[in-house]
Amino acid sequence: MKKAGRRKGKVVIPGFGITMGITVSMLSILILIPLASVMAYSFKMSPFEFVKLITKPGVVNAFATSIGCAFVAAVINAVFGVMIAWVLVRYDFFGKRFIDGIIELPFALPTAVAGITLTKMYSDNGFLGKALERIGIKAAYTKIGIIIAMVFIGIPFVVRAIQPVLEKLPKSCEEAGLMLGASRAVIFRKIIFPEIMPPLLTGFGLALARGIGEYGSVIYISGNSEKNKTQVVSYIIMQKLNSGNVDYEGAAAIALILLIISFIMLFAINIVQHVASKRTSA
Amino acid sequence: MYVEMKGICKKFGNYEAAKNISFDIEKGKLVALLGPSGSGKTTILRILAGLETQDEGDVIIEGKVINDIPASKRGIGFVFQNYALFRYMTVYDNIAFGLKVQKMSKEKVHERVMEMISLIGLCGLEKRYPDQLSGGQRQRVAFARAIAPNPQLLLLDEPFAAIDAKVRKELRSWLKEMIRKVGITSIFVTHDQEEAVEVADDIIIINEGNLEQMGTPSEIYKHPETPFVANFIGTSIVLSDLSGFKGFEEIEKGKKVIVRPEFVEAFKSDNKKFHDLIPAAEEGVIEKIEFRGSYLEVTLKVGDVRLVTNRSLERRSISVGEKMYVLLHRIYVFDEGTAQRYKNSLLKDVDIELM
Repeated sequence: MKKAGRRKGKVVIPGFGITMGITVSMLSILILIPLASVMAYSFKMSPFEFVKLITKPGVVNAFATSIGCAFVAAVINAVFGVMIAWVLVRYDFFGKRFIDGIIELPFALPTAVAGITLTKMYSDNGFLGKALERIGIKAAYTKIGIIIAMVFIGIPFVVRAIQPVLEKLPKSCEEAGLMLGASRAVIFRKIIFPEIMPPLLTGFGLALARGIGEYGSVIYISGNSEKNKTQVVSYIIMQKLNSGNVDYEGAAAIALILLIISFIMLFAINIVQHVASKRTSA
Repeated sequence: MYVEMKGICKKFGNYEAAKNISFDIEKGKLVALLGPSGSGKTTILRILAGLETQDEGDVIIEGKVINDIPASKRGIGFVFQNYALFRYMTVYDNIAFGLKVQKMSKEKVHERVMEMISLIGLCGLEKRYPDQLSGGQRQRVAFARAIAPNPQLLLLDEPFAAIDAKVRKELRSWLKEMIRKVGITSIFVTHDQEEAVEVADDIIIINEGNLEQMGTPSEIYKHPETPFVANFIGTSIVLSDLSGFKGFEEIEKGKKVIVRPEFVEAFKSDNKKFHDLIPAAEEGVIEKIEFRGSYLEVTLKVGDVRLVTNRSLERRSISVGEKMYVLLHRIYVFDEGTAQRYKNSLLKDVDIELM
């Protein structure tokens, strides 16, 4: 009788114990413990030291540069990402599959490769850099260069977030709008846009988060000049660890701020998704 | 005529969805476009709506050719098969969509939407989102959304297909009543003959892109003009050889003959009522009896031919293998696309309608 009682609580699908165990240990080893250690190290500083460090003009400027550039890049990505997804889903053309395939290139490509390629192209003697120079825009070693690199690494987030939603959107919804007398513009604004809004915000958030913390692809094109305010946050962290006396606490303090920003963004993305799913599920 | 289709042709690659379709619909009628799936009926509806462009032919509403008027300017209401409600809009906003597009004032929109919501009986649910509604409620919203801008014509594409059987029957009579109440000319597409017969004033039967027949349900039932219609409407058996059947000696062998269960009478040899008809009847054996709820479907073997008749549950019980007299009192014979009704020649003096 006792045995039967124990069996009652058993889940039918086997393997819960082992898979859950592995999941929790992996999460702990790879994510939770390192993140906690970042916090622990930065708390070694006194609050006064902490505030003093992160309010240094260099650090504040780096945050402004990283967040500002990442925001502009994410906005650009949101606009062009919607267009790319739209073209890839709605039209058939030669080379569609190829283009669809290279969307993920920025994910697969080592960021350093992207960084030096972009730098070469946009520098004074690169062919895009020359063209821009002629109309008075200097791309490499300025914030524009940083934004270009961030657009490059962020675009797949937006495209891949929107694509499946656009694919699933039934044609009859647009036709319903048409039958009710709406123009193409109204149909896009009132019917299609609300559908792609949640994934667009998700993609925007991910691209923004990625941009703020970006190192590899940005580091070459930015020039890292404190005077021109082209130092990004990741570069400041690297600097703290590279200089003669390694300032691990200082690096951890800045990292903690980055970490907090990431968490806020993830939280915001989740709220967006939660609100959207509330409307579309019973 | 209110709505006219003249010589409509439409091809999708090699597939001919409409072959020279012409029909007229009177104002205020509720018409069914009936046909098996893939017959082209939805294409015809979509051409009428302007969602598809015909290769040839004219679409005319109130005497005006509207071929070149885009769907958004035709003033036609359309209820989609999956309802196509806007997921991110509430019931209220869905219904208001077509009114806001017309730049109607806010008060007027509100007035009309509330009128629609009370018409469809969904008062209090106007703030819900479509995904929070049942299938039947969604259909009501789709209906209200389509008729809110006061269209001159309402088109419905398989309006009951996505609803489970129990609610479907209820919704059918609801929709019929609503359309009557609003008084709007309506055309709906269906593959279900029962649905078409129950709901429509007129039925247009489409098969393989051809218009087979148009008429009231009883006309189509009583006077099918093509073998397809005779076969599609009601339950029918197709025979090619009736030789040997008493009373039908004049029918040439090889012609297509269609027999319906109600054309067949089976009775026991000691049945007094039918005693006089025995000379006109054949002998048969019961092969199969199926219970159909309110009647029995009886399959009888007469010579090499199998015939089906429906038997009232009030009559005497029968069993498989039992010998019975089988009287065939009427048939349809098809010859080169025309249909003719034949009566059993031995029954000339008997009034069949009274049986």
